[in-house]
Amino acid sequence: MAAAALSMPEIENKAMNLGIDLSTIDFDNIVLPPGDDFGINSDDEDILHEEEAPEFETGYGNVIVVDNLPVVSPEKFAKLEGVIRKIYSQTGVIKEGGLWMPVNPDTNMTLGYCFIEFNTAQEAKEAKEKTDGYKLDKSHIFVVDMFDDIDRYMNVPDEWTPAEIKPYEAGDHLQHWLTDEKARDQFVIRAGTVTEIFWNDARQVRPDPVYQRQYWTDSFVQWSPLGTYLATVHRQGAAVWGGKSTFNRIHRFPHNQVKHIDFSPGERFLVTYSSQEPSNPRDTHRVVLNIFDLGTGKLMRDFRGSVDDFTTGGSGGLSGISWPIFKWGGGKEDKYFARIGKNAIYVYETETFILVDKKSYKVDNVVDFSWSPTDSILALFVPELGGGNQPARVSLVQMPGKVELRQKNLFSVSDCKMYWQSNGEYLAVKVDRYTKTKKSTYTGFELFRIKERDIPIEVLELDNKNDKIIAFAWEPKGHRFAVIHGDGPRPDVSFYSMKTGGITARVSKLTTLKAKQANALYWSPAGRFIVLAGLKGFNGQLEFYNVDDLETMATGEHFMCTDIEWDPTGRYVATAVTSVHEMENGFHIWSFNGKLLYRIPKDHFFQFQWRPRPPSLLSPEKEEEISRNLRKYSKKYEAEDQDVSLALSEQDRKKRRSLQEEWETWTARWKQYHEEERELRLQLRDGEASDDEGSQEQYEAKEVEAEEVLDVHEEIVD
Amino acid sequence: MRPILMKGHERPLTFLKYNREGDLLLSCAKDHTPTVWFADDGQRLGTYRGHNGAVWCCDVSHDSTRLVTGSADQSVKLWDVQTGTQLYSFNFNSPARSVDFSVGDKLVVITTDPFMGNPSTIQVKRIAEDPADQTSDSVLTIKGPQGRINRAVWGPLNKTIISAGEDSIIRIWDSETGQLLKESDKESGHQKTISSLCMFTDKSHFLTGSADKSAKLWDTRSLTLLKTYQMDRPVNAVAISPLLDHVVIGGGQEAVNVTMTDRRAGKFEAKFYHKILQDEIGGVKGHFGPINALAFNPDGRSFSSGGEDGYVRLHHFDPDYFSIRM
Repeated sequence: MAAAALSMPEIENKAMNLGIDLSTIDFDNIVLPPGDDFGINSDDEDILHEEEAPEFETGYGNVIVVDNLPVVSPEKFAKLEGVIRKIYSQTGVIKEGGLWMPVNPDTNMTLGYCFIEFNTAQEAKEAKEKTDGYKLDKSHIFVVDMFDDIDRYMNVPDEWTPAEIKPYEAGDHLQHWLTDEKARDQFVIRAGTVTEIFWNDARQVRPDPVYQRQYWTDSFVQWSPLGTYLATVHRQGAAVWGGKSTFNRIHRFPHNQVKHIDFSPGERFLVTYSSQEPSNPRDTHRVVLNIFDLGTGKLMRDFRGSVDDFTTGGSGGLSGISWPIFKWGGGKEDKYFARIGKNAIYVYETETFILVDKKSYKVDNVVDFSWSPTDSILALFVPELGGGNQPARVSLVQMPGKVELRQKNLFSVSDCKMYWQSNGEYLAVKVDRYTKTKKSTYTGFELFRIKERDIPIEVLELDNKNDKIIAFAWEPKGHRFAVIHGDGPRPDVSFYSMKTGGITARVSKLTTLKAKQANALYWSPAGRFIVLAGLKGFNGQLEFYNVDDLETMATGEHFMCTDIEWDPTGRYVATAVTSVHEMENGFHIWSFNGKLLYRIPKDHFFQFQWRPRPPSLLSPEKEEEISRNLRKYSKKYEAEDQDVSLALSEQDRKKRRSLQEEWETWTARWKQYHEEERELRLQLRDGEASDDEGSQEQYEAKEVEAEEVLDVHEEIVD
Repeated sequence: MRPILMKGHERPLTFLKYNREGDLLLSCAKDHTPTVWFADDGQRLGTYRGHNGAVWCCDVSHDSTRLVTGSADQSVKLWDVQTGTQLYSFNFNSPARSVDFSVGDKLVVITTDPFMGNPSTIQVKRIAEDPADQTSDSVLTIKGPQGRINRAVWGPLNKTIISAGEDSIIRIWDSETGQLLKESDKESGHQKTISSLCMFTDKSHFLTGSADKSAKLWDTRSLTLLKTYQMDRPVNAVAISPLLDHVVIGGGQEAVNVTMTDRRAGKFEAKFYHKILQDEIGGVKGHFGPINALAFNPDGRSFSSGGEDGYVRLHHFDPDYFSIRM
């Protein structure tokens, strides 16, 4: 509200001085002159200011200024105009009368520049990009600017003033949520227009609200990989939020019409992506990628181009991009990021944001690549070429230096897929090969042991080679993996270990579970436990399996379930039905061993995401020590659990009792009314005594035989 | 006990009603013929032929002699329960949606739908003792609420009429003057169409079900909201147990959205809730379409449900039902 608001008596005094009778004025009809608010801020003013200052269209966005033209006399004017028209018609449509070359009225000579108005601002931008620096001849090199920019250039002060150094402000404690006394985890959900963040309070078997906000994001929200920030996506760009007590905006990353975002794994950078429909349908989409520094909010590098430049060599076409375009490498330090191009991988260094060795890494026909999650190792896949004359190959390349560590040639390959184990210790390559007849394919695995000398490779084939692979997943931080394989409605699930067979470890099968209703695998982030899930066609069958003991702990069902996510500690599992289905929207929280803890129905449920945690600071030795002495440590927590559950049941009892008492007072009152009205009711029923309340009379079913003569007919019988 | 599946209707069920003694069950459906069944074994006793449109609602008199039915053929008909003969027909210029006998059965409250420019109405007709003296004059006509009025019932001592419908507001009217006495609170009340209303036997409280996926329990005299039962599906039908502190709520995915994938997807169970604690007790599966009608036997020992699938399912409770501890 207005800071300088006057009090009522002051207004009356002022009115008296001016000779105005306040009672005759209809305040509602007073209209302030447009653009002047007389210093009175309206209530929503600060909200307005808080939003991005809107970009005003000055109306000249489609006009460019071309400088450094030859100065010509009126005789040559038409010719020059023709030349310019010809140049600029290639990039866009010049508006009718949209080319104006001013002439010096004294000399009748042109002034050496002209204005060109295009149909659209985009065409103007393109014209500027394409012809800035165009060489008409040796002495006339075009300088092209947007008309709107001229103003800006004019406003640049001639003298340099040192930038103001802002006083240091202590930042918010961004990792405060990790200090929760009950060691709970947070999650974010989006339902309808509301985004909410909760603690998962499993002890109280309910979520505990932390923060909620309507219209927080335009499309989705996303936690950063270590959980520090929550990113929201808006028309004007992306924003990240975080903080100790509530969620404050930490940074804003302007990027018009941003569609996708991606964090680097170490939370140092944020990649934003947008694509723009071309004005000419035959053209391709224009793509803009920005990379921001998350700490400072500064734009580090932008990439622009057509979609074709960013789609992979193999697929390409109009199918669009596969997000993320940039894959991050070098572990948590975010040293490198890379994207695939035609016959090359473009690897950038984050120190300088330029290509490693200032050039792309040429790999003919490369179609897929991936980084090791921990090391600067690239895995590349090149498909078969020349009708099988040149074998397909998978190679591991060390960055920087581009040293090929290992290479494997593969024959009659139809497709390859790479799966890294989370510690970067193993790489599994799923290889689909053609059978001899080339009519069908079968699948095998090439298993790379990255951390061992010379990177030995093992080949693994399933017991039944013709089984289709439905899902594959490494145990996080572990040495086991699970595969769902088989044809038909009930596939099998097999578990394999990389650490069997003594010193020279070999891969071997642990067990196969036959005929499971599963098509997706969700390992606990702590390993050991896995959820075998039957999504989609299986309607949400869940099996909680312990891989150490090779036994099923529990089975459950979350009907129609679409999404499953383990909490970052591996203690709880969330299963959700998002709004792809109309009914049943909401989420369930389960314990790791398959006990359903609570369920929350939410209409128009869009998203569930656990807040990730940064890796533990404890050394592996310390962790081991804790798990060895678990009993000692857990005593304290068990006592706490006991207290909570006691308090909870006490609370529950109290609540029930109070509800019951409340109800009894109501019914007592009703009974009283009912008694009082008995007489009247009898009257209404004409004194019929059967006022049924209280005296429940029972009817009796009696068999009554009734004979009815329908017709009598006499016939003479011979 | 195994439910008794009663196949007698060819179209979706719309309403179920037990007579006071609980030996007869009356069912209405979109197939024009209200049907009467033995409430014990589900045998069909007879039908009431004469309507020419979907029958939306019915009520039976205290002594089980008279039946009144409201139909989309723009008529409300009075029947002899035993013989099935039509005694009288009130004709309207829009479909009749609900009917309810007053205490003493001398009055009946009827609601009519908005139709061809006519607004929805609540009308009170006097029922003559001798059908020969029956006239079609309305004792009272109330207009006002927007949209369909899905249900109107008598309050205690016939002093008030309680109505609920598409505008999601419950209103209490003076049955003498037609004055609006009370309206339910917009904030705490239903947010979408109220589809059903069920009065407790002593008329002290009633239960409403709504498309906003909830059922609410109200005090009849003060119209205070007592309880809310949150569901995960639109509610089409509600009933209050006369015996135990239970309510049963039914509904399901809207019929137009029902897919053939899995019957569980539609949530077509009748759900039991504890009336006081608002906790879910259990569910009764069986229908393969939304539940449109629910009714408790007056003795509280059985209940029946009618579905969009055209079946009436009659359930006699097992002994364990009566020993449920909450």
